[in-house]
Formats: sequence, C-alpha cells, structure tokens
Amino acid sequence: MNGKTLYEKIWEQHEVATGPGGRTLLYIDRHLLHDGSFHAFEALRNAGRKVRRPDAAFATPDHYVPTTGRENITHPELRDKVETLERNATTARITFYPVRDDRQGIVHVIGPEQGITQPGITLVCGDSHTSTHGAMGALAFGIGASEVAHVLATQTLWQAKSRTFRVTIGGALREGVHSKDIILALIAKIGAFGGSGYTLEFAGEAIRALSMEARMTICNMSIEAGARSGLVAPDDVTFEYLAERPYAPKSADWEHAVARWRALPSDPDASFDREVALDASVLEPMATWGTSPEHAAPVSAVVPDPRAEPDAARRGSMEKALSYMDIAPGQRIDGLAIDRVFIGSCTNSRIEDLRVAANVIRGRKAVVPALVVPGSGLVKRAAEAEGLHRIFIDAGFEWRDAGCSMCVGMNGDLVGAGERCASTSNRNFEGRQGKGARTHLMSPAMAAAAAVTGKITDVRRLL
Amino acid sequence: MKAFTTLTARAVPLDLVNVDTDRIVPARFLRRPRSEGYENFLFHDLRETDREFVLDRPEYRDAQILVAAENFGCGSSREAAVWALAGWGLRAWIAPSFGDIFFENSFKNGALPIVLPLERVAALREQLKARPGSEVTIDLTAQTVTFPDGSVQAFDVDPFRKECLVAGIDEIDLTLRHADAIARYEDNARKASPWLFDGYH
Repeated sequence: MNGKTLYEKIWEQHEVATGPGGRTLLYIDRHLLHDGSFHAFEALRNAGRKVRRPDAAFATPDHYVPTTGRENITHPELRDKVETLERNATTARITFYPVRDDRQGIVHVIGPEQGITQPGITLVCGDSHTSTHGAMGALAFGIGASEVAHVLATQTLWQAKSRTFRVTIGGALREGVHSKDIILALIAKIGAFGGSGYTLEFAGEAIRALSMEARMTICNMSIEAGARSGLVAPDDVTFEYLAERPYAPKSADWEHAVARWRALPSDPDASFDREVALDASVLEPMATWGTSPEHAAPVSAVVPDPRAEPDAARRGSMEKALSYMDIAPGQRIDGLAIDRVFIGSCTNSRIEDLRVAANVIRGRKAVVPALVVPGSGLVKRAAEAEGLHRIFIDAGFEWRDAGCSMCVGMNGDLVGAGERCASTSNRNFEGRQGKGARTHLMSPAMAAAAAVTGKITDVRRLL
Repeated sequence: MKAFTTLTARAVPLDLVNVDTDRIVPARFLRRPRSEGYENFLFHDLRETDREFVLDRPEYRDAQILVAAENFGCGSSREAAVWALAGWGLRAWIAPSFGDIFFENSFKNGALPIVLPLERVAALREQLKARPGSEVTIDLTAQTVTFPDGSVQAFDVDPFRKECLVAGIDEIDLTLRHADAIARYEDNARKASPWLFDGYH
C-alpha cells in the first residue's frame, strides 16, 4: 500500500462528515480575519447566525489601515473599515489586535509570529495569500466571503480533496539569489495555472536549507501558480521558529505536539499526482516583465516576443501586457528604469527581508521614491532594535507602520498611472498597485538594488 | 438561493488568459457596500480604456453566459468578482480552467462555472465571434452545453455542487444538519490538542 502525503494526513485528521456526492465536511482549526471581512460579518448578521468558536479566530486590520498617521485616521472610509472590524470582532469576543498594539500587522505575518499557525492544523482566511501559512506545515487556504461566513457559523467547510503536486528544489542558492527567485522561477516554468486544482508540497534540499520566513515567501505565492495551498513539511527549523511563541503549546503539551508533528511529513513511498524538479543552484535573481506572475524571467534575460506564442488567446494577452507595461520584445530587463520602490507585503515584509534589503542599501542612497512597510508592529520594533530603520531612513526611504499598503493600494498607498514600481509584493496584475501602475515583482535584495540605482539591476553587482 | 437547472441565453466571448479578479473588480471598489451594486464596477478600468470592450457591445448586452480563456478569475479571493458578474446578469461562465477560489465562490452565488477542453472553448468563442448574439444552452441536469452550431458538449460537475445548485440549498443550513458530528469532533480535538482551544497561551 502506498504511503500518505502530508496533505492527505492533515486532511484525514480533519474529516468531520461526508456529504452529498462524497464531499468532505472539513474541520477548520484557525481562522484569521481582517478589515475586508465586513461582508462576511454582515451576511452572518443578516442570517441571524452566531460565531461558533470565537476562540479559534483572530482579527487585525491590514488592508485598509494607513501606514502613517494612523492614531487618528482621517479618511472616513478607511476609518470606518478599521472600526467596523474592531466592532465585529469584539462583539463576537474574537481576539483583536488594534493599530495601537505592536501585534497588529498583515494577517499572514502575525499568524506565524504569534504561534497561531502550527503544523498539522487547518487554517483559513478571506485572503488568497493564506497559502503563506503552509510553510509551517499547516493546510492553509484562502476563501471567499461566503466561506468566511460559513466558517464563522460552523467552524467547518465543505471541501473536495485536491490533487497533490510535489515541487522538489535541489541544489543550493547562490549569493544574491533568494526564495522569492525560486517561486518566481517555478511560476515562470509551470505557469499561472500550473498548480490549479493541486495542493503544492515544496521539498528538496534547497527548501530544507531555507529559514521559516524564506519558506513563507514560497508558500505565499503558491496561489500565483494557481494552487490554493502550498505546504512544507515541518522539521526542526519549524519547531525552533515556533517554540516559545505566545500561542505555541507549552511544556508537556509542547512535547506531545512535537512528537505528533514529526509524523506529519509525507511518507517516503507516498505518491503525488504531479512532480516537478528545479535546480536552485542555477537560478539567477528574477524579475517580472508583464502583468501575470508567470511573466517572470532571470534579470539577464530579454522580454519575450509574443509572435513566438502559438495560442491566440495567450498571444493576445502577452501583447496586451507589453502594451500596458510600455515595454518591447527583445528589451533587456536589467537596466529598465523604474520610478518607485515598494518593500513590503505578506510575501516579503519580515525581519529577514528587511535585513537583506538593508544590507544592499547600507551606505547608498535611494534615487527614486522608496517605501518600506514592515509586516507587523513587532517586525518594525525588531528592525528598529537592530538599527535597520536608520539605514533605510538615511538612504531616503520612508519608514512606515505595518499593513498591506502598496501591494494592493486599498489604504491609499498607490503607485501613480504610468509609473513603474519595483515591488517585493506578489501580483503584477494590471492596476493592482493603482490604476495604470506598472509593477515589476522581485526579491527584497533586487528591490533594494533598484532603489539605489533607479533601474532594475542585478543585485549581485552591488554585493 | 436561486436554483439553477437549464439556461438558454446569449453568450459573450472574452479572449484573454489569466483574467484576475483585480481586473474584474479593482480593489478600490471593495470598500463599497454590496447594496451599491458591484455590476457598476465590472471590468471598470478595462472598459474605461477600451471603449469597444466586448461586454459593452450592444449584441452582447443581455448575455447571461460568459465564455472565457484559461485561468479565468485567478488571483485575489474577493467574492465581489462573482457579485459583479452576477449583478451584470451573467449566470454561468465557461473556460478551460478557473482560479480555484473564484470557482468555489461562483457556486455560493448561484452561478455555474463550467470547465470544457481548451479546443472546445476556443471553438465556442470563435462561433460566438462569427455570429455575435448567438445563444448557448446549458443543461445542468444533463450536464451538457449546446453550442450555436448545434454540437453538444458534456461537462463534469461536482455532485455536491450540482445538488446545491439544482435545489438552491443554503450551505450553512446543510452543514448544521451535521451539528452533532461537529460537536463530537470538537470534544475529541479539545482533548487531543487543548492548545488549540479556549484562548490557551
């Protein structure tokens, strides 16, 4: 008999009932809520339903929260969204971290940071980047507003089992190449829907060698490959990261939990529906040139020619992307002038990201407007304790408070129409960072290099 | 929820791959209450720059079926993308593949996403472009789509989703029929992993 995958193990441990057509009613251990969750609370209220397990939910404002001057939010709509979340959460007795609390931040940063995210649990949030939490060996996925309401009311979801897809990353990353480059290279290889209908599991020596935070960057962008979830099997890196965090199990509970978590990794004889391998040792720093995360290439490459694309719909989309990005086939990515830099988002706003960026910036000056938005109040405090903020501020960066900020611009941190932004976020969609904004995704190291040179630059020349 | 069984209606072709939900409803509109009507924001920025955008052409104005390309509805989990399409009057979308979260969100709003083979969807878009305003028939009970050229294409649908759609079932009501099983699960889980309960920290 075949062994089981990590995904199958977590799945089986959370089956509550079987419904029509063999669908599974899956138990949800933890639920994160943010200031975009008001639609779900409203639906719940309209149906006269109650929150079943307030102790399983955690709420903090991130999407709408300003990253400056937020003690007194003057924008009425933004203030309303932040206050509405506080009212909804506290009325339901859900743990809430307000902006004045250092634990406030991007939900996908604070879940692991607080030890809310743990191996082997199911975790959901009304946000597609919930896949981030899979880095800790949790089955975590984004859901829509109806599903948020369903989880609040029942602590379960009707789910169909996905197929499994193992991505094995061998070799070791070279200097100046980071986990963001691994995930961008993977998406370029398998496409923006290569992972649709699958749960990804990232394995291999390059993954094992990554820190917890670097693994989060990879799982975060699973959704950009079309997969609702990405997983990394828990190991000592995971347990070391989690130990002593506020919501982690303590003393005897910790020992029990670790013993159980050690049984979670996929069995050696487990089979996957699809497998892909990638060699980390040949990767270069990556950047995107178009309007889908699959439009990613090594920084030394040139922009591809749509005329080489046989499929008409794909060719049309590429042409549209090039026109939107105001970029031509054959143009070199390295050297492309940019107008602005954003370092932040649930993909790359953790302390290690800030360290990598600061290391490139130290002793240099930003030549374009640049923004650093730490992922949480605690990340900000930690960076300040190390003096990283001085490096950014001295280089001319703006040093802001935690939130989603310019990744999606819902709080008013926007890239102007026609502006080209080097961004550590996750989506280069048309209009994502603002109407008419042009986004080039890259690692924090590459974004830092772009800030000090004013163009997309192979960061390895600056190291 | 409105039940879905069969639908014969005009279909509109959309020739773009990887249409993300940011494009379907730009993020800046998500703060608006649903009562404002999200159809007003449908493909807002695309339509502003492209005056010939297919949805605005008179021959497609009352279309109820959208025929898209690969990975339609990828990206953000915003259910507003479905609210906007449904608010516009669309009730079903056909594509070779969909964003997984968008796909699930569709059913929750009484809409039917249908996956057909790449070549068949491309052929369907071509037929619609050749004769704009042509009708397509979707029979959910029989699980078939009838193209304008009369050809009939079968499709798969998850039996659970089909049952919910055909009967117009509220999913939370269905789940609460399993309230005892949920309570039993929780009792066991509380004993096995007390650190996941009752504010342990």
